[in-house]
Amino acid sequence: MRRLMSGNAALGEAAVLSGCTHYFGYPITPQNELTEYMARRMPSVGGVFIQSESEIAAINMVLGAAVAGARSMTSSSGPGMSLKQEGISYLAADELPAVIVNMVRGGPGMGNISAAQSDYFQATRGGGHGDYRTVVLAPGSVQELTEVVPLAFDLADKYRNPVIILGDGMLGQMMEPVDFDGLVRPPDYDKSWALTGARDRPAQAIYSLIFDTKLQEEHNWKLQRKFRLIEQNEVRYETYLADDAEMIVVAYGIGARVARGAIKRLRQEDLKVGMIRPITLWPFPTKALQEMAKTVSDFFVFEMSAGQMVEDVRLALEGKGHLHFYGRPGGVIPMPVELYRIISRHYYQAHAGGKRKKP
Amino acid sequence: MKGTIQIDRERCKGCALCIDFCAKDCISLSEELNVKGYFIVVFDGDKECTACRNCALMCPEVAIEVSTS
Amino acid sequence: MKTVYARPRLLKEAHFHYCPGCGHGIINRLLMEVIEEMDLQGDAICVAPAGCGMLLYNYFEIDVVEAAHGRGAAVATGIKRVRPQNLVFSYQGDGDLAAIGTAEGFHAANRGENITVIFVNNGVYGMTGGQMAPTTLLDQVTTTTPTGRDPDLAGHPVRICEVFSVLDGASYLERVAVNKPAAVVKARKAIAKAFQRQIDGAGFSLVEILSPCPVNWKMGPLEACQWIDEVMVKQFPLGVFKEVPC
Repeated sequence: MRRLMSGNAALGEAAVLSGCTHYFGYPITPQNELTEYMARRMPSVGGVFIQSESEIAAINMVLGAAVAGARSMTSSSGPGMSLKQEGISYLAADELPAVIVNMVRGGPGMGNISAAQSDYFQATRGGGHGDYRTVVLAPGSVQELTEVVPLAFDLADKYRNPVIILGDGMLGQMMEPVDFDGLVRPPDYDKSWALTGARDRPAQAIYSLIFDTKLQEEHNWKLQRKFRLIEQNEVRYETYLADDAEMIVVAYGIGARVARGAIKRLRQEDLKVGMIRPITLWPFPTKALQEMAKTVSDFFVFEMSAGQMVEDVRLALEGKGHLHFYGRPGGVIPMPVELYRIISRHYYQAHAGGKRKKP
Repeated sequence: MKGTIQIDRERCKGCALCIDFCAKDCISLSEELNVKGYFIVVFDGDKECTACRNCALMCPEVAIEVSTS
Repeated sequence: MKTVYARPRLLKEAHFHYCPGCGHGIINRLLMEVIEEMDLQGDAICVAPAGCGMLLYNYFEIDVVEAAHGRGAAVATGIKRVRPQNLVFSYQGDGDLAAIGTAEGFHAANRGENITVIFVNNGVYGMTGGQMAPTTLLDQVTTTTPTGRDPDLAGHPVRICEVFSVLDGASYLERVAVNKPAAVVKARKAIAKAFQRQIDGAGFSLVEILSPCPVNWKMGPLEACQWIDEVMVKQFPLGVFKEVPC
C-alpha cells in the first residue's frame, strides 16, 4: 500500500520495521521530523525513544544500547555529526553495530538548513580519530530509503560496525509515495558478545584501550581485514543509460536526481551521456568505474559540495580518461536545466572536432 | 579473641595505611623488598591482634586476610 | 582458625595498578564486596571511565564496558534502557563527571535514569599527572595551578551532590569518604543502599566518594587521609543530600 511520506518519516518507519528498538536523538534541522516521528512511533512498538541532551549524549546512548545487544539508531546533521565523531570511532573500535543517519545540510560551521553533499569526506574517511571506516549508504529517493535502512541495520549487525546513512535536507523533507511491502526485516545475528550480566558465563569486557602497541596493531589489522571483506562484498551502485554513453556522470543521492533530469535533456539532443550512481559511498564502486574507463574517456562528477567525491573518482580512474567536475557548495541545489547546460558545454568541448581519442 | 593476619607480600606497596590504623601496633614496615621493589609490611604474631579488620578495610591492594584463632 | 576478612571472590587475580595509598583500590574492593554480598554478579554491568579507573575490566569479575571520557552516564543510560533488569552503574572520576561529562551526568539524573553513578572525587586529574579538576580546592597547587587555584582564572570547586540535589529526577545522593575505617564502612553501606534502590526501581542514585590521591597531592598516604578530614570535608561535607522515600 503506497503512502505519501516525507523522507524523514519514511526513514523512521523503515527503521522500526527493520527491528530498531531504541532511538536516541537531538533536534537539528533538517532531520527533526525523523526525531519527532520516532518519538511518536517508538512507544507504539514497545521501543524506547529518548531525546538526549546533545548529539554527544545520543551517540553514547547508542553505544550503550549496542553494548547491551539492541538495534539502535541516532540521527543528526552537520554540526551534530561532528560532535558524534568520537563516539563513532569508539563504536568502530569496539566492533559494535549502530546506524547513524546524517541529513546533510550546508556547511561548514553553522551553515544553513538547505540540502548539501559536503559531509562526504567526514562520512567516508572514518571521520573520527584512528584507522577505521564506516559503511556509507546514499539513498536517492524516499522509496529507496525502505531498502537502504534495513540494509544498514543488516550490515551493522553482520559486520559489527557502525553504518552511516547519508541523506540530505531535501531527501529528508520531500514527500514521495512510498510502500513498505517489500521491506524485509534483517535477520537476527548472534550477539553472545553483548553485555547482559555475567550469569552462567565468564565476565565479558568491551573496550578499545590497548596499551600494548603490538596488540593494538593486531586489533587494527583485524578491523582492516573486515573492511577489505566489506569492500569485496558490499559495493552497490546503479547505472542509467550507461551502455552507449560517451560521457558518464558520477553523482549520488539528490545530486543524482538532478543529474537524471539533466541527462534526459541531453539525450533529447542525442548527446550520449549516462550515469553511474554509487549507492555505497564506502565501499566506493571503484571496480565499476575502472570497467567503464575501458570504453569511456570522459567522466563528469557532479556534487553539491566544493568537491569531495571527485577525489575518489580520480583515485579510481588512476589517471585514465578525463575528469570533469561541477560542484555547488553551501546548500545550493542546481536545477536539472542548469546542470544540462554545464554538462553539454563540457561534452562539446570534449568532442569538438574529433579531438578525443578512443581509450 | 586472638586474631592473625596474612599479608600478600607481592601485592603490598608499603603504603603503611594498615600500620597507621592498627590500634594494637601489630604491623610494621620491614626492610624486605618484594618483586616490584616496595618495602613490604610484616605482621607481628606476638602482639595483641584483635581481628578488628581495620588493616584489611584500609588496604588499597586488598592484600590482607584476617582470621581469628 | 576462622577467616573474618578475605579478598572478594569477584576481584580478579590481577594486581592493582594504582599508586600506593590510592583510594581507588579501596573503592574497587567495596564494589565487588557489595555485588558479591547482594549476589548481583549475574546482573551487574559496569561502565568504566577514562582516568585511573579505566582498567576496571582487569579487576572486576563482572561485565564491563569502557566509555569515552565523560560519557559514562550516557552509555549507562543506553544499557539500562535496553536491559532494565540489570544492575547498571558507571564509575567516574572528577574530570569524567564534573568536567567533560557534566551534561551527561546532570541529564541522566534529571531524567531519573535508574542507574547508579559511583563518583570518585580526589580533587585532581590523577591518570594524566595531577592537573586541576573541577573539584580542586581554592589555593590547591596542581600542575595546571602551580601557584594555587585562583578563582578568577579557574573558578571554584564544584559540589556535585549539592548541584544535583535540586534535580527532581535525582533520587539518592550521598557523599562519603574512604580515608579511615569508619568512613570505609559507611561508604560500603552507601554503595549497597544505592544498588538496592536501583533494584527497587527508585531512580537515579549517586555516591560521591572522597578519595586520597597521595602522589598527586604530594603527601604520604596517611597525610592524604588526614587531609581529607582536615581540609577537604570543609568544602565537601559528608552526608545524604537527597533521599526520596521509596
